[in-house]
Amino acid sequence: MHRRLGLRFVALGYLLVVLVGPLAMVFYRAFDSGLGRLWDSLSDPNTVHAFRITLELAAIAVPLNTIFGVVCALAIVRRRFPGAGVVNAIVDLPLAISPVVVGLSLFLLYGRTGWFGHWFQAHGVQILFALPSMAIASVFVSMPFVAREVVPTLREVGDEQEQAAHTLGAGGWTTFWRITLPSIRWAVIYGVVLTTARCLGEYGAVAVVSGNIEGRTQTATLRVQDAYENFNAAGAYGISLVLAVLSVIVLIAMTLLKPKEEAA
Amino acid sequence: MLPIAALVWASREKGLHAFWSVATAPEAIAALKLSLGAAVVVSLVNALLGTVTAWVLVRDEFRGKGVVNAVIDLPFALPTIVAGLTLLALYGPKSPVGINVAFTRTAIVLALLFVTLPFVVRTVQPVLHELDRESEEAARSLGADELRVFRSIVLPNILPGILSGVALAFARAVGEIGALVLISGNLPFKTEAASVFVFTHIQSGDQAGAAAVAVVMLAISFAVLLAIGGLRFLATRHERA
Repeated sequence: MHRRLGLRFVALGYLLVVLVGPLAMVFYRAFDSGLGRLWDSLSDPNTVHAFRITLELAAIAVPLNTIFGVVCALAIVRRRFPGAGVVNAIVDLPLAISPVVVGLSLFLLYGRTGWFGHWFQAHGVQILFALPSMAIASVFVSMPFVAREVVPTLREVGDEQEQAAHTLGAGGWTTFWRITLPSIRWAVIYGVVLTTARCLGEYGAVAVVSGNIEGRTQTATLRVQDAYENFNAAGAYGISLVLAVLSVIVLIAMTLLKPKEEAA
Repeated sequence: MLPIAALVWASREKGLHAFWSVATAPEAIAALKLSLGAAVVVSLVNALLGTVTAWVLVRDEFRGKGVVNAVIDLPFALPTIVAGLTLLALYGPKSPVGINVAFTRTAIVLALLFVTLPFVVRTVQPVLHELDRESEEAARSLGADELRVFRSIVLPNILPGILSGVALAFARAVGEIGALVLISGNLPFKTEAASVFVFTHIQSGDQAGAAAVAVVMLAISFAVLLAIGGLRFLATRHERA
């Protein structure tokens, strides 16, 4: 019994020191300087713009990665083709690679001397230090989540129902919409939640390619750093508060979705 | 895939020799060493405390366990820059608890512990949940003490989970930047991690230096992915046999 209590103490103490304590601090500090200051810092036009950019990037990356993730998962699980293992590994790549490295790669590819940069510049399209490169960076770093959630569910569900639908004369699309998609929907939604969280919180890759231009290519997370380093602590904590609230909502969504997925 | 190819290409443009001399410049070496060292420390702490946490979440019963279980995923949901800021607020110059580790290596380890916390817990938890209690009971009835039961029955079962969790945490720790930029201080040779080195060198226009360190980080990522693949292969050995 003592040992059990000891372990519980160690685990909960660790979580308190590393996770919960810091999170509580952001709420405390944000309200520290009063609601008026908090509202002022959040209604700053550049801050509002930063949040809009962040939302726009998520609006681009999440649908793309949802479709890509489902297609990829179907390819990995249902089609036996040579190199499926390679595709599987590539999908996981963004989890192992540093966002800064991703950012630098895009920087080199679309920069003035890069492979594609030259062509785009000749045609007057601005990729680097503009929304397109930031969107590509967001798509890259949030790519794996939907596929990773859907692959195990697809494996578990099996393909008997799909085969049955097929023998009853259903085409590929009908089978997908009527059979496959309903059976993986919770995994897809869970993956979408994770993808969204990653997009909202992305820092490293976007920091490299965006140029961090205030009021133009600055995202919410970049604005946190900018505000803090320019001694605008109230502003930094204000934006952090909004982001923290969003992530708590994400956390609640994850918790609510998980048991359903297991029960299904 | 193309961006990665471009990176490797760019780093080789000026020849292997130039690449080598940039990658082994003292500042680059110091940054890589710091990142790898911190990642090793973080991996070890995670292996131990992550396993303990997973154990408590599966085997222990107490009020509010559901909430604790949900909180584990917090680092996946919270933007890392916010994580860095919150750690700075609690363990920085204006710390309400009187601990100030800002701009030290301790701060780096702390920030990395925050962002890597879920990995080991989430890989060990399901295995522990599935684990058959009967073999543990059998061992106990044969006179094995708790330590022996853990070492001979539980540990061999959860070891693949621990190792793949540690591998993920290691990769994440080497590459992490968001949580570090505010709290580490980024002093070259002291608290400048490899990821931050790459970032600052891109901004100052030294693309060759940034690319060289980035390629080394990329190699580490691939090595970790290979290790995870190998672990998966070992873990499913009995299913294929």
